[in-house]
Amino acid sequence: MSHSPENRWRALIVDDEELARHVIREFLQSHSEIEVAAECANGMEAVKAVAEHKPNLIFLDVQMPKLTGFDVLELIGTDVPVIFVTAYDQYAMRAFDVHAVDYLLKPIGRERFDAAVERAKGRLGEKMPSAHELSAAARPPQQFVERLVVKDGTKVTLIPVVKLDYAEAQDDYVALASLGKKHLKQQTIAGLEAGLNPDSFVRIHRSYIVNLERVARIEPYGKDTRLAILTDGTRLPVSRAGYARLKALLDERK
Amino acid sequence: MHPLLARNRLGLYLLGWLPLAAILVLLMSTGGALSWLESSVIAIPLCVVYAFICLSAWYTAKSAPIRRETALRLIGVHSLAAALVSYFWMGIGWVLVASLSKTSAFQGLDRRFSPQAPILFGAGYLLYSLSVASQYVILSLEASREAEARALETSIQARDAELKALKAQINPHFLFNSLNSISALTSIDPSRARDMCVLLGDFLRLTLGLGEKASVRFSEELELLQKYMAIEKVRFGDRLKMQQTIQEDSKTCLLPPLLLQPLVENAVKHGIAGLPEGGEIRLAAERQNGRLAIVVENSWDPEAPPRRSGGMGLKNVQRRLEARYGKDASLMVNAEGELFQVSLSLPAESEEKT
Repeated sequence: MSHSPENRWRALIVDDEELARHVIREFLQSHSEIEVAAECANGMEAVKAVAEHKPNLIFLDVQMPKLTGFDVLELIGTDVPVIFVTAYDQYAMRAFDVHAVDYLLKPIGRERFDAAVERAKGRLGEKMPSAHELSAAARPPQQFVERLVVKDGTKVTLIPVVKLDYAEAQDDYVALASLGKKHLKQQTIAGLEAGLNPDSFVRIHRSYIVNLERVARIEPYGKDTRLAILTDGTRLPVSRAGYARLKALLDERK
Repeated sequence: MHPLLARNRLGLYLLGWLPLAAILVLLMSTGGALSWLESSVIAIPLCVVYAFICLSAWYTAKSAPIRRETALRLIGVHSLAAALVSYFWMGIGWVLVASLSKTSAFQGLDRRFSPQAPILFGAGYLLYSLSVASQYVILSLEASREAEARALETSIQARDAELKALKAQINPHFLFNSLNSISALTSIDPSRARDMCVLLGDFLRLTLGLGEKASVRFSEELELLQKYMAIEKVRFGDRLKMQQTIQEDSKTCLLPPLLLQPLVENAVKHGIAGLPEGGEIRLAAERQNGRLAIVVENSWDPEAPPRRSGGMGLKNVQRRLEARYGKDASLMVNAEGELFQVSLSLPAESEEKT
């Protein structure tokens, strides 16, 4: 089979260990239709490389410094088939099983590797499950996110949830307010709410989630609505249902 | 509450007083001043009363534990108590006799009783002393039973902790990643791949060997650590650096096996592995004033993605230290900024002493 340059596959190898990257590079040598576009030693590099090289196959390690493989997936979206590579992770494996994204276990065997590559090639163009669905499924049950990852161009920001003041829905995005700045993240507000600990974060309005720690006081405003005044002076609308939720939580804390 | 009352053994206790009452009747009727009937009428109710009075000895015995007081003080306290109690008892005896002598059946009983009264006092004194002694016996029996139960519990806990620790020792992540490194090296550098196989074999053998012992020399722990670090160095390359400051004296110290390597593994897994540029682990060990101090320090990223099974290694070490030394050993974790520090302090045991 001959391959014209256009339909050659561009692969990205992401792993913080050089030897682990080497195994994948070596196995790829027998797949002449795939070229290695770039190798990345961490998630930040991977996010940049995806924007730069537009790969159509990614080998992604799960446990890496700064950003995990799941964080990377959340940031780059799911247009590209991803093959996860991990030493051992039962939660992650469950996610892969559920969503049928392929995975490789270290140490990686050649046959298993070839099968994964074939599967990924067949998967191209198919609609993949959404990244949020995937990362939500990978989260251990009864655990909430501890930090949020946001991408602005190729710049990645990590926001620990304790530093999140409030979130505001904006069309397909949520604006995350933290330390006086707003960060846009491509996610629905309901999706964000599902990952946050309901003991600390309340949906006070169709478009707002607030960090309970930041609420200084609540003032009446209009007929059925109220205003939540935050410690930094920000005023957020509170709907009637939102007020009921907020009040229940504040009473619980007393 | 008194153990006799608490365990419904009062009947048994009173039964035990029956022969004592009989002896008292016998003593008081000798000399012929009192008839059998008269001394029984006096002695039996008095013994019932005294049986209860003597129960108070339990409280005095408890408040003056045999191990904490000097012998002289103990004798002083209990003699005084015995004298007071028996004097009081004799007084009750007199009241009883006085009221009996008012009846027609026992007229003149008080006159006939009066020479026998010192017998009552003496008997009271002896009986109370006997009671104190038996209370001490009960207390020490209880103490030894408790100590036995505690020792058993501690040893079960220690065993349990040890077992869990050994299971956790063979960390699957570490093994799988090492095997993957070997797999890569087989084509890049076969002889290094072989070295790594040997290192991994040595590491496993040492871990299993040390794990079987109750105590190991610190130098053996350092040897295991060196194998472990050599393996991780292959994986992490230049990202992993280590600096050791080991005082020569500390190497002969004895300690429970597999304490050191988990601490360093923790530093690699949760510290260095989370840093894109890597970092340094500093190990210091020192023996001073009869204690062994081990400090493991590493750079880390406080905002690193949370890893599963976080801190299990540390908890494990802490549990095992507790099981072995109780409050005599400590593990302190100090995370300040980008520095993570674990300090261990335990009694410095050496082979000569044990």
